[in-house]
Amino acid sequence: MNNSMTNLEKIRKSLSRRNRAEGLFRWAGRVAIFLGLMAVVVLFVDIIGKGHGAFRIAYIELDIDYDPEKIGIENLSDPQQLAGADWQALPKAALNKQFPGITSRGDKRSLYGLISNGAGYDLKDRLMANPLLLGDQERVWILTDDDIDTYYKSWLAGEPYAARLSDKQVEWIAELHEHGKIRLQFNANFFTRGDSREPEQAGIRGALVGSLFTLALTLIFSFPVGVAAAIYLEEFAPKNGWTDFIEVNINNLAAVPSIIFGLLGLAIFINFFHVPRSVPIVGGLVLTLMTLPTIIISSRAAIKSVPPSIREAALGMGASKYQMVLHHVLPLAMPGMLTGAIIGMAQALGESAPLLMIGMVAFIVDIPGGFSDPATVLPVQIFLWADSPERAFIEKTSAAIMVLLSFLIVMNASAVWLRKRLERRW
Amino acid sequence: MTQRNIIPAILLGLTSLAATSVVSARETIEVVGSSTVYPFSTVVAERYGRASGKPTPKIESTGSGGGMKLFCSGVGSNYPDITNSSRRMKASEFSLCQSNGVKDVIEVQIGFDGIVIANSVAVDPLPLSRKDIFLALAAKVPGAKDGELIDNPYITWRDVNAALPNVAIEVLGPPPTSGTRDAFSELAMEGGCKQFAWIAALSKTNESAFKEICHTVREDGRYIEAGENDNLLVQKLEANKAAVGVFGFSFLDQNADKVQGSLIESVEPTFDSIADKTYPISRPLYFYVKKAHIGVVPGIEGFLREFTSEKAWGEEGYLAEKGMIPLPADVREQTAKDTKALVVMTGDGLK
Repeated sequence: MNNSMTNLEKIRKSLSRRNRAEGLFRWAGRVAIFLGLMAVVVLFVDIIGKGHGAFRIAYIELDIDYDPEKIGIENLSDPQQLAGADWQALPKAALNKQFPGITSRGDKRSLYGLISNGAGYDLKDRLMANPLLLGDQERVWILTDDDIDTYYKSWLAGEPYAARLSDKQVEWIAELHEHGKIRLQFNANFFTRGDSREPEQAGIRGALVGSLFTLALTLIFSFPVGVAAAIYLEEFAPKNGWTDFIEVNINNLAAVPSIIFGLLGLAIFINFFHVPRSVPIVGGLVLTLMTLPTIIISSRAAIKSVPPSIREAALGMGASKYQMVLHHVLPLAMPGMLTGAIIGMAQALGESAPLLMIGMVAFIVDIPGGFSDPATVLPVQIFLWADSPERAFIEKTSAAIMVLLSFLIVMNASAVWLRKRLERRW
Repeated sequence: MTQRNIIPAILLGLTSLAATSVVSARETIEVVGSSTVYPFSTVVAERYGRASGKPTPKIESTGSGGGMKLFCSGVGSNYPDITNSSRRMKASEFSLCQSNGVKDVIEVQIGFDGIVIANSVAVDPLPLSRKDIFLALAAKVPGAKDGELIDNPYITWRDVNAALPNVAIEVLGPPPTSGTRDAFSELAMEGGCKQFAWIAALSKTNESAFKEICHTVREDGRYIEAGENDNLLVQKLEANKAAVGVFGFSFLDQNADKVQGSLIESVEPTFDSIADKTYPISRPLYFYVKKAHIGVVPGIEGFLREFTSEKAWGEEGYLAEKGMIPLPADVREQTAKDTKALVVMTGDGLK
């Protein structure tokens, strides 16, 4: 009796200490979650703060006179004339009209520096789309040079950055602004063009299409192979040392740094099979090597979660093992496998290290039209822009990160949705 | 085909597709090489593509050494057509090319790039000499006697040179894999190192010892390898006003509101001082072309013509706008002529 009393006292005494320990643990958990969330918030605020500007870009309104003589062209269907035409002369003439009386060479240079050097080609596209314009006049919003765009945005924000501009240019922009002839517009180029060294003409489309081609190949190669491997290992393979050995190695492969797969891809696909460098085929193959372990592991988990009673019932009704797997286990395991595949694809989408070795870290302007055209992918595009000296690429980089993140979020959300929607619980 | 055979058949088909090699004649020009030349080469490629309507050349930034290795691996559509370099081809690379059947190589020098030592605009620019740079950054520096080397004892710039401010030495610079680092070692460090007579004498008798003294950078945390991303470096300099950074002139040109170049031997790094070579730390930029590929891969000649045209590499050309320092007019004219005639390099005079 006496003894048990002291025990009870002991327990009472220790109660507050144990409660305190639990309270501390809860707080540690809350602090950990808070720190994690703060990191995400800081990241997003920084990226969106830097990148939102890239979705708008400055345009100048000019009166364009499609004078055939100025361009040096009479017949729009003659490729010879088209190749020799001086398209940039169109916006230059319009600038001269807008700001008359500029004669010195230096001033002319800075005047022509107001607009993008691709502006002439944009006008060419307009003219080709509507040949009746030749010899006619039109008021057009013309894309500005990246330095002008950066200055105009910083000026609107109240912290003008004019180091790359001449004094004349600053004056001209103030004048244009007063007359409402310069404004920020939606930057459609960013979504419709490939890479460019001129920030105002650079777009994400080439990398996006490259990513889609590469990922499509990765899915086509890795999903069937991964699922077949998982089914065999789970349902058919004899349980012996070899199977264990293979299992351990698949798990190890999932933890291998991705750059190793790039080196492997370089040695096998490029140096041995002579697949061309920088194309989605080789990118897809390398990323297949990388995602296969992920898909095999998640597919096996999905197959394991199908209850044995289903298998036994099928076999009991006289189905062969092959029929049992194909008609019963596979359909029930499919949602889990798809979820695993989507997560593997999301991982592959964000990968740039293995692509470094196989030449997909490259400057590619043309938007790839197929699996064997040179291409690059979104994370590589981010890397290349982050490395470019032109200041206007800073906001482009953040904007590209936003595009990549939104794709990742969509993919992960669809994985969650699939799981919620299709998964059966027993 | 019955249903039960379909799935295995598809699997077999896909795996064999994966194994099939895809070799086809190339339509796109492939360029590899220096990350310093990359920003210039890409501009030319883009202009060429847009003006000619042909596929835009594909440009990989592999570093000068990596580019040479790929370039010299062989002739054929699996190997690049052009490699960029921020230094001249080495004799060893030339013989590698020769032994792999890359016999005829056209060498084109395109211009110069200046290497700047910059700090934040919030403080005064440093008036440095190459000797100061060597003494501040070398792993071992000359001691009191000739022939004696001691571990670098200098902590502040004032320790190095009494005329400099009393600020701790903290230099952010490129890693050893970078061409910028090679050029920095060769031009700035070696330039200062040579001013010690006994070390300069060593260069004739024991070249490897000379290189070791002059090129080895201290590893006690005063020189910080800041990676290849020069934009990040500019941001770090903006945040840390005591630090100085080493990078290419084009980044200084783009960020003139944030960083300023230190004076080297009292010369400020500007477009003109690099062009007329009064600024001492500048290096030549090159590209190399495989003659055997001209006429096989379409468009190489057009690309060369674009690169060596006045509107590209001239004093008022668009490459100058991107920060490349042009060659003197007479050299440009001669090089353009030689390039047009496809004059191949002989390999004489390579180091």
